[in-house]
Amino acid sequence: MKLSNKTKVLEQGEMTLAERLYLPAIVGGMATTLKHFFSKPVTIRYPEQKRYLGPVYRGQHILKRDEAGAERCTACGLCAVACPAEAISMVAEERKPGEEALYREEKYAKVYEINMLRCIFCGLCEEACPKQAIYLQHDKMVPVFHERDEVIWGKDKLVEKMDQRYLRDGWK
Amino acid sequence: MEISNIWYFLSALTLLSALMVILSKNPIHSVLYLVFTFFCISAHYVLLNAQFLMAVNIIVYAGAIMVLFLFVIMMFDLKKNTPEAKSSMTKLAGSIVAGSLLVVLIAIVRKNAIPGPALEKFNSQTGMVENLGQVLYGEFLLPFELVSILFFVAMVGAVLLGKREAGERNF
Amino acid sequence: MELLTSVFIAKAIIVGVVFAITLGVAAYSTYFERKIAAFMQDRVGPDRAGPFGILQPLADAVKMFMKEDFIPANSNKWLFIAGPCISMLTALMTSAVVPFGDTVTIDGVSFDLQGIDVNIGILWVFGIVSLGVYGIMIGGWASNNKFALLGAIRAASQNISYELAMGMAIITILMITGSLSTKEIVEVQQNGHWNIFYQPLGFIIFIICAFAECNRTPFDLPECETELIGGYHTEYSSMKLGFYLFAEYINMFISGAVMATLYFGGYDYPGIDFVTQQFGSNVASFVGVGALLGKSLAFVFVFMWVRWTIPRFRYDQLMNLGWTGLIPLAMYNVVITGLGILLGKPFMVSVAGLILLIAALFVYDQLTVKKKIA
Repeated sequence: MKLSNKTKVLEQGEMTLAERLYLPAIVGGMATTLKHFFSKPVTIRYPEQKRYLGPVYRGQHILKRDEAGAERCTACGLCAVACPAEAISMVAEERKPGEEALYREEKYAKVYEINMLRCIFCGLCEEACPKQAIYLQHDKMVPVFHERDEVIWGKDKLVEKMDQRYLRDGWK
Repeated sequence: MEISNIWYFLSALTLLSALMVILSKNPIHSVLYLVFTFFCISAHYVLLNAQFLMAVNIIVYAGAIMVLFLFVIMMFDLKKNTPEAKSSMTKLAGSIVAGSLLVVLIAIVRKNAIPGPALEKFNSQTGMVENLGQVLYGEFLLPFELVSILFFVAMVGAVLLGKREAGERNF
Repeated sequence: MELLTSVFIAKAIIVGVVFAITLGVAAYSTYFERKIAAFMQDRVGPDRAGPFGILQPLADAVKMFMKEDFIPANSNKWLFIAGPCISMLTALMTSAVVPFGDTVTIDGVSFDLQGIDVNIGILWVFGIVSLGVYGIMIGGWASNNKFALLGAIRAASQNISYELAMGMAIITILMITGSLSTKEIVEVQQNGHWNIFYQPLGFIIFIICAFAECNRTPFDLPECETELIGGYHTEYSSMKLGFYLFAEYINMFISGAVMATLYFGGYDYPGIDFVTQQFGSNVASFVGVGALLGKSLAFVFVFMWVRWTIPRFRYDQLMNLGWTGLIPLAMYNVVITGLGILLGKPFMVSVAGLILLIAALFVYDQLTVKKKIA
């Protein structure tokens, strides 16, 4: 039964002598490989050379500061709720008078921890954040670690440094 | 080192490995000892300056025929097919037959003095390919060709045996 | 007696050098195999150990030795160990009769740059090659593993099948030369009279058989991963596995040397007379050694080139090619060569034979095709 008339019956003809001898095919194949033998390798030697992974790559997390240098995070916990791997945990603290330059909102995260073994780099924390505080950097990957005490990243590693600010292509 | 010492050593090795062929319990070991025996015999050929025979012996017997033997024996499940112990009657009959054969052989050897090798007629170049070829294709041409016909017939027979017949289920 | 000892020492040196060269080439073949594979796939290949990864074989060897040497519980222990040893032994023994160079004269004593010049030369190679299969069979059986056994059996039947066609291809060379000695085979080909011109068909048959004998792709069915896990070396690890792999590379190099000897003039090279006149015969001989090594390495490259080009055959295709393709072709080649020698024009007749063969195939093809259409 034909549902549509798009069926195409493939007619496989008798193989010609050259095809059955197989030798011409071998010569053709060898020519192809020899051509590739002299062509330039496409390899990027990774640790020394790095390729641009695109503006939407999700790499190492960063807790952004605003233009004045105050932390944006208000410890609302939406990122922790959104996180499917439950990698994020935090402890909130009220901002004391005189700390306005350090924290933008009246509540801030005293402790902000990401378990890098649990994180799957899905970027849902970034989507959930109402304050544009957490981002996954497009140009930087989480470096390899070997020790257990390196697994959980605290604020010391996550908060943006003022001398090397994170900028995404679209923001410029 | 005397050449005769090598000969004694080789002969001892040959006999030992030939004995191991029938004495070892594992058929695979038997085959391998047999291959080793062929090597020893080839070494004897080298001592006789018959290099061609040595090479042919290795190619045909050690290289082809014994590989096929090994092939067949490897297909057996050796653990299940251990032959059950023979009854004492068979053992007795076997030793009587073998003993009488030994007696007959000794008697023959004692009755007939075996002539030693004719050293004055010995030509060290007989075993070389060129001379062997001259002899085979000259003096013994007819037997040689007859043997080749025999081989041909055997080959045709083997092909016929291995041929798939119409309607026969195969694999 | 003094002459005898000096000859003995010279031979010992030659054997040692050949041994060292063979092992060195085999070790670096593993590196070049990976490099060539990489280049053919537009990659870089190993380049971390040393400059351009040149120390990779050392790193591989260290790795091989450090790995656990595992012997399966129900295996036949002695035969399990003997398998790779026999493979290695037979691989190394073949090079004894390959003439690596012409005579070299030092202090009025001349030496052949060859292990032994026996008058059965090529038969020795043939005999040892036919023994090579024992290493694989014993190892495969002793592993007590179905896949290893299947691999071993495949190897055995493949080697026996292709030995026939190989022998027939060699016969034509012997007909031309009139001698089994490898040295004489090379000497007949001096000054550009290489056998490849008189034996193009024979060479094609021989090189296909060499692929099959070395268990190289497209004929690497004994270790066919898709069907047999690892084939005969499934259960092997550590340096025992290394020995099997090493033996394969040695076989490749030696078969390259044998092919160069039989078909490409051995240590002959264009301009040999000029070098002899200018620098003396010793220098010419050593350049000849270089020529032979170069030819052998070119064949090793061809082996690798084919490996990374052609997919593996199916087993029935392999057997069909061997028994119904190559053996009749080799027989035809014997007839053609005989005719050439009889008429005294070997080159003309060999070319005519090839053309006739292709024409006959074409005519046969046309006839059968027409029948099917009608």
